[in-house]
Order: sequence, then C-alpha cells, then structure tokens
Amino acid sequence: MSADLDAPVVQPASFAFTPENRAKALGYIAKYPPGRQASAVLPLLYLAQAQLGWVPQKAMEHIAEMLEMPPIRVHEVASFYTMFNLRPVGKHLVQLCTTTPCWLRGSEAVVGACKKHLGVDLDQTTADGQFTLKEVECLGACVNAPMVQINDDFYEDLDAESMIKILDALKRGEKPKTHSQKGRTSHPQSGATTLKDVAR
Amino acid sequence: MLADNDRIFTNLYGFQDWRLEAARKRGCWDGTKALIEKGRDWIVNEVKGSGLRGRGGAGFPTGVKWSFMPKKTDGRPSYLVVNADESEPGTCKDRDILRHDPHHLVEGCLLAGVGMGATHCYIYVRGEFTHEAKVLQAAIDEAYAAGLIGKNACGSGYDYEIYVHRGAGAYICGEETALLESLEGKKGQPRMKPPFPAACGLYGCPTTVNNVESIAVSPTILRRGAAWFAGIGRPNNTGTKVFCVSGHVNQPCNVEEAMGVSLKELIEKHCGGVRGGWDNLLAVIPGGASVPLIPKATCDTVLMDFDSLRAVQSGLGTAAVIVMDKSTDVVKAIARLSYFYKHESCGQCTPCREGTGWMWRVMERMVKGQAEIAEIDQLLDVTRQVEGHTICALSDAAAWPIQGLIRHFRPELERRIADYRKRLAA
Repeated sequence: MSADLDAPVVQPASFAFTPENRAKALGYIAKYPPGRQASAVLPLLYLAQAQLGWVPQKAMEHIAEMLEMPPIRVHEVASFYTMFNLRPVGKHLVQLCTTTPCWLRGSEAVVGACKKHLGVDLDQTTADGQFTLKEVECLGACVNAPMVQINDDFYEDLDAESMIKILDALKRGEKPKTHSQKGRTSHPQSGATTLKDVAR
Repeated sequence: MLADNDRIFTNLYGFQDWRLEAARKRGCWDGTKALIEKGRDWIVNEVKGSGLRGRGGAGFPTGVKWSFMPKKTDGRPSYLVVNADESEPGTCKDRDILRHDPHHLVEGCLLAGVGMGATHCYIYVRGEFTHEAKVLQAAIDEAYAAGLIGKNACGSGYDYEIYVHRGAGAYICGEETALLESLEGKKGQPRMKPPFPAACGLYGCPTTVNNVESIAVSPTILRRGAAWFAGIGRPNNTGTKVFCVSGHVNQPCNVEEAMGVSLKELIEKHCGGVRGGWDNLLAVIPGGASVPLIPKATCDTVLMDFDSLRAVQSGLGTAAVIVMDKSTDVVKAIARLSYFYKHESCGQCTPCREGTGWMWRVMERMVKGQAEIAEIDQLLDVTRQVEGHTICALSDAAAWPIQGLIRHFRPELERRIADYRKRLAA
C-alpha cells in the first residue's frame, strides 16, 4: 500500500462554487425535468473537482444542498465513480491503462517508464506535487494502445520513450501533443485501406 | 470488401471536418424533414426491414426494440437514451463516431426519436471522453442553431431536445438500467427487469436505450432504404459494422466493413496481418473482453457476424477484435480481464461481487501454475454458478472469458501446474 492512500486527508472547513461555476451549475440543472435535479449530481461533482482539483466533503454537502439531496446520496455517488478524486492529487494525474488491449501492446513498459522517471509508485504523488500515478481500466482507445490519460487529455500510441518526452514537457510547463504520438487517428499507421477517395 | 460508397461513416478517421457544413456535404441532414413526414410507422418498419441488430453487443433487432414504445402517451413523456458509455475493453468505435462523424448521431437521435415517439433525448457519454463530449455538444449546438433540432425540428413541426450527459468512470453504466440509474443521479447499479425500460425507464417514463452506432446508422438506412442495408452481409446479420482491431496486428485500426467479413480478411486486408504472419496467431477475442476467445484453427475460417461467432461458442459483441500472437501469455491476458471485472462489479449481487474476486484470485494462481489440477474444473464450475445468477450480465461477461480459456487452453493450464510442481520439487 502506498503512502498516499494511507495519508489522512485534510478537509477544508467550507466550500462554495465560484459565481461563474454556480451559474454553470444552474445551467446543468436546467437540462433535467423539474423535480429531477438530482440528475445533475455528476456534472456538479465535476465542477467542484474542476474548481479544486478534488472533491472534499464540504463540496459534497454544498452540492447536496443545491440539489436537495441527502448528503450521503452525493457521497455514495462520488465514491462509486472512479473519476472523482476524494483526496488531493498532483497537478498532472497520470492515468495508466493496463487492461488487456493496452497490455498486449506494451503498457508495462509505459508504466515502468513513468515509475522510474518520476521516482514514484502507483497511487503516489511526486514530492513537488506535480504528478500522481494511477492505474485505470480500459479507456476506449484500444486501436491506439498503449495509451494514458493525463487530466482530460488522451496520449496514444505510446512507448517508454514517447511517454518520458510527454512527462518532461509537462514538467517544463509545456502542453505536449495530445492523442496519437505517431500522427494518426484510428486508421492504420501505414495509411487508410478504405475511404481513400475522401482522404486528405 | 465493402465498397467505399456503401460506407456510412465516411469521416470515421477524421480526415475531413466534423462540423455541420462538411457533414452536409457528406450527405448528413439531407431530406430529413421528408423522412420525418413519412411518419413513425414507416421509420420503424424501414429499420425492422433493414435487419439492423443492436451494435452495443447484444444484437437485439433495433426496429423491434423501437416498436415496444407506447403508441399513445398516458401523459408521461417518452425518452430516447443513447448509450455512449463505450467501455468494453477493446472497443473504441463510438469514440470515432462522436469525435469525427457526430452529425450521423445527432440526426439519428431525431429520426429514432420520431420512430419511437420520443421528444427528449439524453446521450450518456463515458466520462473519460472529455474531448469527444465537447465535439458532440458543439455538433448539437450547430444543429439547434440551424433549426435541425429543437422546436419545429427541420421545419417538420416535431419538437425535439437533445442533451449530453457525461458519466464518471464506471463500466457497469454501459448496462442500460445502470445507465438510467446513473442518469437519475444515483450509483450505477442495474435494475431488476421487468419492468423493461420501454414501459418504465428514465424517471419512470417509457425509454429506449440504444448504442451510438445503432442510432448513427439509422439516417443512412432511412435515406438509402432498408433493402440496401439488408443487401450487405448475410441473412439475419446484415449491414455494415465498425470493427476495432487491437493487439498483435501490424496495423491496429478501426474499419467499417460488411457484416460477415471473414476474420482473416479483416486482419490481412486492413490491419497489415498478424504480427509475424498468420501462422504466428495464437487466439483472438472477437467481440470485446466479454466474449470467449477462439483459437487459431477457428480464426482460419470464421466469419465476423452474430450467428457465425455464436456457432463457435463466442460472440460478435461490440466487434472489438483483440488479437494475440504466439508470444502472448494467454492465461495472463485472461487473468487481466478477470481483474477488470472484479474492479467493475457494482457489488449489488453476491455471486458477482464475491465471484469476480474469487475467479480473479484463482486466475492469478493459474498464471503461475500455483494450483491443483482439480481447481481447473472447480474454477469452471464457479463460472457456471456465477453466470446467469445475477441481475445483469456483468457476471456472465466475467465468466465467459475464463470458460473460453479452459475450453481451448486446458493443456496450457495443466502444463503450468506441472511445471510449478517440478520447480517446487527441485
């Protein structure tokens, strides 16, 4: 068990949406029929996470109040879905897919490169607070395996070398190229075998 | 090979712009008003006649599903819910539709909605597809601005609203009733059926849940006619299908092909062949992680459709083809899937909550050969006790890969156990 998972979480004393996020929240609630505002619990949890980087207890209570839900209902939703961070994470949350399609294409080398290059294990955060490593299940980019997701962005067609380049670019505060590192989408690397007359 | 002019997703790879203007040039939103005016029954009959079977994995006839929706409202609204919670390992086809060809889906939502008498549609996109959800939302916004959806959609007099709802990381929400629970703001735990969603679904209202691809192909079917779609593929397995080929091929890719294309042709024509040549093939998981693998001998001749794969004790599923060459530790490959199902079990039913963990732990020992020979049959027995004894099919999905492994690779499991004993004795 890594240190991070055992570390106590320091919960903030209060939480409120910024005025801008509050307006967004009301917009989300309006997407659902009257009386069905609980449907907006996932979008509101995302908003809280976008605001703070994680979802503290007080944010769940704030959302519960806005949606007229018991706080425990918000908590059980927040803890059921894997994308909500219930404790602070690094600036860059590196989510490494290791499910079979990525594993067959070398995800072990990508995971190994991340651990070695950053000097942390899975579920740990670097001392400078920049990177957290996390193993995740299939992210649905299997023909571009192996892949990782860092915060909202997919990085695909990876190997140890390209993975390290991405980490270094992030360290320098740059925005590395997202999606395939081999300059394709989901077509064959050597060129599409179909849709040729509509190709670029 | 399917001709390019019979392909529906002509921007599958994103070579062109996904936006409305470019999508229109590719044929989207052409004569939609006239299709709506042909009426609800015509739409359902065309889709029935096309032979379209659900592209999300189960293969239920789409038109028949739509016909289950109530013909007259009792005051409750009807909903179309599109399942874009693409999470089956190996599957990444809906992602391409969302990010590269979203107007097929948006137009499909409207036409399917008319076909089933729905006036509101929610598209549930898996949480990790942040970029894809943004593109889809932008496509919906364009359609609203152009008067294609919303009040008086396409000038037809039909009012239709479409909303995007993002999931947050839970494979189980791909199960239709878990998806509805999630959409209502709850944990994604499947509901008992009956009642089926067509009678009592989202917010207790009549609801149909369809996969992205099933909805996105429907405008083209309606425009080109049921007979066109039904003429592709084989009887009961008609039309085109987006295949996702991953793993040990030289050129992993997505490709839209005819249903019933042979597995070998799919891999050799579009994916540059198996790494190291066809004879280096060990096994293939032909329809996403949930279906049993098939060994090379079966791969030599099998056709990629619902009935052909069922006949070899596997399934088309989502048409996610995971290829494994002879370098693969096939026991480990399946054990990793067992871990996936353990991780994704929602915990509601005991056979699944306990069974997925138990099966994974035994599978981990099987990888090392650290087991008794009799445990192979015990494991098989447990997969049969788990399968079919839970509210949803996640437990079946956890059982089938192991059953496939034991069916085709029992000698490999036995060899590992014998080797482990030899090492222990030495």
